[in-house]
Amino acid sequence: MRRRARLLQTIRQYFLVREVLEVETPLLSHCGGTDPQLDFFTTHHNAPPLQQTLYLQTSPEFAMKRLLAAGSGSIYQITKAFRNGESGRFHNPEFTLLEWYRVGFNLSQLMDDIADLIAAIFADSQPPLCATQRMSYQAVFAQYTGLDALVFDAPAYRNYAIHNGLPEAVALCAADHNLWLDFLFSHQVQPHLGLNALCMVYGYPACQSSLARINADNPLVTDRVEIFINGIELGNGYFELTDADEQNRRFDQELALRVQLNRPITVKDTRLVAALQAGLPTCSGMAIGLDRLLMLLSASTSIDGVLNFPLHRA
Amino acid sequence: MAIYSTNEFKAGLKVMLDNDPCAIIENEFVKPGKGQAFNRVKIRNLKTGRVIERTFKSGESLEGADVVDVTMQYLYNDGEFRHFMVPDTFEQYQCDGKTVGEASKWLKDQDPCIVTLWNDAPLAVTPANFVELAIIETDPGVRGDTSGGGGKPAILETSAVVRVPLFVQQGEVIKVDTRTGEYISRVKD
Repeated sequence: MRRRARLLQTIRQYFLVREVLEVETPLLSHCGGTDPQLDFFTTHHNAPPLQQTLYLQTSPEFAMKRLLAAGSGSIYQITKAFRNGESGRFHNPEFTLLEWYRVGFNLSQLMDDIADLIAAIFADSQPPLCATQRMSYQAVFAQYTGLDALVFDAPAYRNYAIHNGLPEAVALCAADHNLWLDFLFSHQVQPHLGLNALCMVYGYPACQSSLARINADNPLVTDRVEIFINGIELGNGYFELTDADEQNRRFDQELALRVQLNRPITVKDTRLVAALQAGLPTCSGMAIGLDRLLMLLSASTSIDGVLNFPLHRA
Repeated sequence: MAIYSTNEFKAGLKVMLDNDPCAIIENEFVKPGKGQAFNRVKIRNLKTGRVIERTFKSGESLEGADVVDVTMQYLYNDGEFRHFMVPDTFEQYQCDGKTVGEASKWLKDQDPCIVTLWNDAPLAVTPANFVELAIIETDPGVRGDTSGGGGKPAILETSAVVRVPLFVQQGEVIKVDTRTGEYISRVKD
């Protein structure tokens, strides 16, 4: 509990010095995220005549981007986010998220920023963190699997899975490159990343871009970064997409995918698209799960160990 | 039979996997922040006893397995089959050597044990944690020996071989832990 208070203080001090503004946005919104892999909690607003369905946010991203488009400058927020059905050693359906946006930053500047923040947070941890590693997704994927993440060579992927004790992957992933990457990365790569050090993996394959920009030099990769310490995924950042048309297209794709995956249907956030049309400044954004950070700081093996009241006792 | 989804998987749940009944040992939720969620499940095949790891997409489901543990009394061995009886109903089951497996060396007539039934057919036999068996053959002990020291092998009435302290004599009844195969104590009449 004290460690959490100290963590929040460190983060607020870090951003205060750098003149990044702390903001608040609604937890309850009229539309949910469209990410096909996230499920939201819904509730009902009992106010006639609309009787609106409302969603608990899966992340404050859309609202914060609207602030950015309105000219807020660099902002950060420490908030609760909600993801339905996510429960396990590293997951609680309600969790605390730090999300920040730096106007004018590209991905490489964002990575410097992340490294500085993590260094400030782990300043007096024992043992101290080793030097930060930066690796491209392609390099790290090749290092641990010998496969090329950017080019989907189905027979090679299948062959690898069969010879590494994961034969079920063949039927499970079939011809879905994205699914293969999720499967192999989370089983074979991620556990090795960032042994007592911050490991930043950048240059995700374009099919895993979500809301990141496609890299200007290599259209096969996207300007997205994920960070890991001791094999635990802590957060995800983008050189943000500012093209409203492209954003609109990706929303439509994700909504179509949701239908295909039989996931609850949501509505597209047209207010975000409108904000992008009005003009989102060039910026990079990052989100970090603070509960997992606390797990590392306190050497807890389960997220329940750092929450005052995990869901089953809430 | 019931269908169980990955979020209902928990230790001890019995499910069908590749047409074999299995018991779940461990279930870990694995989710890349922006990707597909998986459940990495450690599972024991109840037929072979082998433990494997298998990954499922979260939300996938497996059929439950009709597997129950029933306390029965061991009756006798007819040479080919061993026979067991449910004490309350007098219902009898016969098990072949393969099903009984390692348990055979701890089974004495009339002793209680647990028979695991799958679709009402015996799948495995687990002896009671502690059994009391007579020693039919062991080297004579030497006067002055105490419970310390190396011990000696003793052959029990069920033909199991157990290391016992030197002072334990042929014909005595001893208590054995069947999970470890270790001698616990002598049993006084």
